[in-house]
Amino acid sequence: MQRDDFANPAMLGVAAGEAAWNRPPENGKPACSGCHGDINGSMRGVDARYPARNAVNGAVLDLPGRIQLCRSQHQALTPEPRESAALLALQAAIALRSRGMPVEAPSARGLSDAVARGEMLYRQRLGQLNLSCAQCHDDHWGRSLGGTRIPQGHPTGYPLFRLEWQALGSLQRRLRNCFTGVRAEPFPAGASEWIDLEIYLRERAAGMASDAPAVRP
Amino acid sequence: MTTAMILVPRTPIRSGDVVMLKAMISHPMETGYRRSEKGEEIPRNIIRRMICRYDGVEVFSVDMHQAIAANPFMSFGVVATRSGPVEFEWVGDNGFRHRQSAQLNVTG
Repeated sequence: MQRDDFANPAMLGVAAGEAAWNRPPENGKPACSGCHGDINGSMRGVDARYPARNAVNGAVLDLPGRIQLCRSQHQALTPEPRESAALLALQAAIALRSRGMPVEAPSARGLSDAVARGEMLYRQRLGQLNLSCAQCHDDHWGRSLGGTRIPQGHPTGYPLFRLEWQALGSLQRRLRNCFTGVRAEPFPAGASEWIDLEIYLRERAAGMASDAPAVRP
Repeated sequence: MTTAMILVPRTPIRSGDVVMLKAMISHPMETGYRRSEKGEEIPRNIIRRMICRYDGVEVFSVDMHQAIAANPFMSFGVVATRSGPVEFEWVGDNGFRHRQSAQLNVTG
C-alpha cells in the first residue's frame, strides 16, 4: 500500500498540500511558492534535516513548527493548529520531496544538547505502568504487544496515514499514543519535550531512508 | 477540501484492451455509530454512491455503506473501445458531490 503511490491514502494529503503550496492567501501576501518557488526543487531534502535550529533566534523547530512560523511571519496569517488537516497536508507534500534520502543526524548539525535531553526522556520511566520508551523499543522490539509487533521506533515516515486513525497523523500524535498507553499524561501539543524526543529518535534513525508519507497499521 | 485522484494507464492502449481504472477520494466516511468524548452521537457522513462514465456512458457504479473505510479506493477494469473522458462522480450525505475526470486515449 505504501509502495504504490496510488493506493497510498496519504497521497491525497500530498495533493491537497501541493495545492495549498501554490495558493496565495487572500490578504495579498505571497503563497509558499511565492518565496520558495517550485516545491520539487526548494523542498528537496528539507524533511531529512528537520528538526533544525532556526538561524534567527536559535529556537529548535520541527517541520510543522517551521511551517507555522512561515505562516505567521511571512504570510501574516494565524498558523494552522497542529494536527489540523491543512498543516499535515502541507507537511506531507514537503516530506515527499525527501523520500529515499537518508535521515541526517541531528548531532552533526549542532543539536547534541537536544539529543541528550531526548535520550533522557526516552529512558525516563513514565506513567502508572512505570515504563520508559527504551523498555519496549530497545529491549523488546520485534516481540508482540497485544497482537501487534513492537517496532524500533524510527520516525522516518511522518506524517503518515495510520489505518487505525483513518487519517494522516503526526509523530507527536503517535508519541501521545504511547504516552496514554503507559498511562502517562502527554505533554501539550508542540511542547519542546516532544521535539527533543523527536530529535533523539531521528538521531537513532540517522542514515535510514526517509519513506514519508508512509502507511502504518 | 475534497481531493480525488484518478489513475488511467499511461502505457499505449489498443482498442479492445482491458484497462484498470483506479480512483480514490478524500472523505472521512463517518459511520454514524460512533459517539464523541461527550457522549453525543456523531452524525453519519458517508459517500453513498460512486458512478463512473466512460465517454458519457455509465460503465461502473457502486453503492457504499457504513463499512467502507475512509478515503474510498476503487479499482476496476473496463474494455477500452475509443478515446474519451472517464468521468467519476461521488455523491454522499450532507449534499456531498464531487466530479472529476481523466482522459483515456486509445490508439489503434
